[in-house]
Amino acid sequence: MTTLSTLPPSGQTRSSQAQPRPRKPHVQKRDWTGWKFVGPFMIVFALVLIAPVLYSIYLSFFKDQLVGGNSFVGFENYGQALTDPKFWESMGRVTLFFVVQVPIMLGIALFAALAIDSARLHLSSFFRIAIFLPYAVPAVVATLMWGFMYGTKFGLVGNLNEFFSIAIPNPLGNTWVLAAIGNIVTWEFIGYNMILFYAALRVIPTDLYEAASLDGAGAFRIIRSIKMPALRPAIVIGGIFSVIGSFQLFNEPSILQSLAPNTISTYFSPNMYAYNLSFSGQQYNYSATIAIIVGLITAVIAYIVQNSGSRKEA
Amino acid sequence: MSTTDQTQTTAEKAKAPRMSRYTSEKKAGKSNQGLHTKKSIILTIVMGALLIYSLLPLFWLFVNSTKTQAELLNSFGLWFSGDFALWDNIVATLTYNDGVFVRWFGNTVLYVVVGAGGATFLAALGGYGLAKFNFPGKKAVFAVVLGAVAIPGTALAVPTFLMFSQMGLTNTPWAVILPSLISPFGLYLIWTYAMDAVPTEVLEAARMDGSGEFRTFFTISLKLLAPGLVTVLLFTLVATWNNYFLPLIMLSEPTWYPLTVGLKQWNMQAQTVGGDVIYNLVITGSLLTIVPIVVAFLFLQRYWQSGLAAGSVKA
Repeated sequence: MTTLSTLPPSGQTRSSQAQPRPRKPHVQKRDWTGWKFVGPFMIVFALVLIAPVLYSIYLSFFKDQLVGGNSFVGFENYGQALTDPKFWESMGRVTLFFVVQVPIMLGIALFAALAIDSARLHLSSFFRIAIFLPYAVPAVVATLMWGFMYGTKFGLVGNLNEFFSIAIPNPLGNTWVLAAIGNIVTWEFIGYNMILFYAALRVIPTDLYEAASLDGAGAFRIIRSIKMPALRPAIVIGGIFSVIGSFQLFNEPSILQSLAPNTISTYFSPNMYAYNLSFSGQQYNYSATIAIIVGLITAVIAYIVQNSGSRKEA
Repeated sequence: MSTTDQTQTTAEKAKAPRMSRYTSEKKAGKSNQGLHTKKSIILTIVMGALLIYSLLPLFWLFVNSTKTQAELLNSFGLWFSGDFALWDNIVATLTYNDGVFVRWFGNTVLYVVVGAGGATFLAALGGYGLAKFNFPGKKAVFAVVLGAVAIPGTALAVPTFLMFSQMGLTNTPWAVILPSLISPFGLYLIWTYAMDAVPTEVLEAARMDGSGEFRTFFTISLKLLAPGLVTVLLFTLVATWNNYFLPLIMLSEPTWYPLTVGLKQWNMQAQTVGGDVIYNLVITGSLLTIVPIVVAFLFLQRYWQSGLAAGSVKA
C-alpha cells in the first residue's frame, strides 16, 4: 500500500531529476541561443537609451559659439551648471517637493492599502478600483482638470469664494503653486502606490495572522510586526519611483504654466530648465549637461533610498 | 493489492491536495483576519473621503463637459446647469478644425498599438531569454538594464531629441514609437514571471521532440506567460496613451500629435489673447481622451494586480 501510493510522486521527481543532468553540459557550453531572444530588446535599448546617454555626455564637453564654432571645452559646462543659481533654485524646489509630497502620498497610500486589506471595510473592492482609477488619467488631463478647478475666476475656488464671500488665496499664486502641483501629483499616484502595497500585503500567508491572534496580538500589533516588515520592499520600490518622479517633475508645471505664466518660471524644475534651454534657447550643450547632472543626482538619491530601506531590514 | 485499491488511493491522493487548496482558498476569501471581520464604519467613512478626493475631478470633468461655453464660465462647477450640451460639445470637438481631434485620436491609437504592443513583445522575448537561457554576456545585460531602470526617462528626452534630429527622425511617428518600445520594468516583470511560469522540463521535452527554440516560444511559452504579458501590456498601454513629454519635444507638426499634446495646444490657444476661446472643447476633449483608457483599465485591472504581486514576491 505505502509503496504503491508513493509511486506516482516518486516517478515524477525521478523524471524531473533526470532532466537537469543532461542539461548541465549544455549550459556550460558557450550557447548563444539566449541572444536571439534578448537581442531585439538590446538593439532598440542601445538605440533609444545607451546612445542618447553617450551622445549627451559627448555634447556636455563641447560648446557651440558664434565665434570659433563647436569646440571642446572639457568640464566648463559642468562648472557653469554647478554655479548656476537658476539650476540650484530648480533643484531646491524639487527637493522641497520630494521631501513634503512623497511622504504624504506614500503615507495615504499605505493607509489605504492597509484599510482595504483589513477586511473591515464595506465595499472594499469598489474602493480599491476607484482610488486606483486616477492612475489611468493622463497627466495632461489631470493637470487641466485641477488647473480649471483651481481657477479663481470660473473654477471651483472662484465658486467657493463667491458663495462664502471669502478669499481663498489663489492656488496658482507664488505661495501655493508648489502645493497645488503636489496635490495633482498626489492625486495621480496614490492609487498606484496603494496597489503596489496591497499586492505585497496579499502574499502574506494567512497562517501568520492566525498564529499572531492566537498569541493575543491585536490589529495594530499585527500591522507593526507582520505587515510592515512584509511591506518594506514595496515601500522601497514606491519610494524609488517617487524620487525619480519628483526630480523629473515636468508635465504638471509645464501645463500649468499657460494658466499661471507669472508664477511658473522657465526654470521651475530642472527638467523644465533643460527643456527650455534646448527649445527656446538653442543651448543644446548646456541643456545636455543639466540633464546629465540631474540624472546623476537622481540615481544617487534613488540608491540612498534603496540602501536605507534594506539596511533597516537587516 | 488489487488495481481498484490502487486507483482508490490515487484518487484519494488527488483529492487531498484539492481539499486543502479549497480550504486555503476559503480562508483567503474570508480574508486575512479570520477572527475579527467586523466591518468598521469609521474606517469606511475615512476611506470615503479618499474616494471622493479620487473621483471628484472626474465628476467635475463630466459635469462641465455637458455645459456650453457661456454656462461654463457662469455656473457652479460641481453641478449641471443650463442646456445639456454634451452631444453638441462632442460634435464640436470632433469637427473643430477639420476634425483634427479625430486625427490625434488615430495617432494615439497608432502609438499605443505599435508602441505598447511592440514593447510588450520585446519584453516577453527578452525576459524569457534571460529567465530560460544561459549565454555569454548575460550578467552584463542584467547590469545595464537594471541600471537603466534607475535612469529617469525624461532626463534622456532632450538628448534623444538631439540625436533623433541628427538622424532625421524627429517629426515622424518613429520618434514617438521607438523610445516607447523599451520597457525595462516590463522586461524585469517577464523575467521574474517566466522563471516559475515556464518549467524548464517542458522546454527540454520540446527540444527532445525536435522543436526549434522559437517554435517552442510561440506555441508553448507565450501561453504560459499570458498573465505576465497582460500586466506588462497594461503598464505600457497606460504609459503610451498618456505619453506627453516625448511627443511634445519630438513633434512640431500638429498632424502627428497624440491627444495629450493636442489638448495642451488647444488649452494654450484658449489662453492666448485673441485666440479662439474653446474651453468647452478642451474639457470635452479631455473627457473623450480618458474614456477609452479608463474602460480598458476597468476591464483589465485585476490582471494588473496579480502581475504586480508576482513581481513583488521576487523583488
